[in-house]
Amino acid sequence: MSTGPMDCNELVELVTAYLDGALDSDTQARVEAHLADCDGCANYVQQFRETVRTVGMIRDEQLDPAFRSRLLDAFKNYR
Amino acid sequence: MVETVDESSLIAALRDGDEAAFGQLVDRYTPSMLRVARGYVPSHEIAEEVVQETWIALLKGIDKFEGRSSLRTWLFTVMINIAKARGVRERRDADAAIAAYTGGTVDPARFRGSDDPYPGHWLPDEAPSPFPDTPEGSVLGNELVEIARRELDKLPERQRIVVTLRDMLGFDSTEASELLDISMANQRVLLHRGRAAVRQVLEDYLAEKP
Repeated sequence: MSTGPMDCNELVELVTAYLDGALDSDTQARVEAHLADCDGCANYVQQFRETVRTVGMIRDEQLDPAFRSRLLDAFKNYR
Repeated sequence: MVETVDESSLIAALRDGDEAAFGQLVDRYTPSMLRVARGYVPSHEIAEEVVQETWIALLKGIDKFEGRSSLRTWLFTVMINIAKARGVRERRDADAAIAAYTGGTVDPARFRGSDDPYPGHWLPDEAPSPFPDTPEGSVLGNELVEIARRELDKLPERQRIVVTLRDMLGFDSTEASELLDISMANQRVLLHRGRAAVRQVLEDYLAEKP
């Protein structure tokens, strides 16, 4: 584990841990120092946040009506 | 993400045998339950059986359900146990298998080589640009959601399940690692790889747009 300045190819592997607040304080400080200086990595983190937001907007398809009525039948039979 | 709402009134109605309340809960949770169940069993039909068993388990246990966990967490916990009890596709060595893979999530060709004064830094033409602002419901926003959905469906199953639980359904890292019975760190490794794959297809799609 390195303690000096962070390279971009190291930072890109830490973005999820960074967004989760799961980095140790040394690594957290190295990430923040790097992001303050590097537009490419700041943009990479922005892309990651947008990716997470986009996945959060995925909606499942409507429930198959046949399966839905099977579940409701199971409910009636159970009661 | 799926909204979490106060469910105590629905649960009370379900205890009284209210079919409409059951229908509402079924509509709210069954699609995402099917999505996750499908990662454990070999066919859609078996996934439906697992989900149906889970709902019956809730009916059996509803009088004792105390609401200490959210209903959603309860449903997914029970469902994953039912899926595993079928003995299909279970990986006892899951943690070891996750740790064994150490490749990067970004093409190494995008970074400067070891002969460069700044090894490991972005090459000038390869540095990422910000993704555009896409309000929910905008045309581009809808396109990106569709691209993301297709890539999510293509991810290796464990990555797909973690990304679904965390980013689509909004479970936190503790819940996700407990549901999957893997360490917090490995949960994060899977999540990172899955997100990185989705990020890459979004970046490619945006780069090709005129």
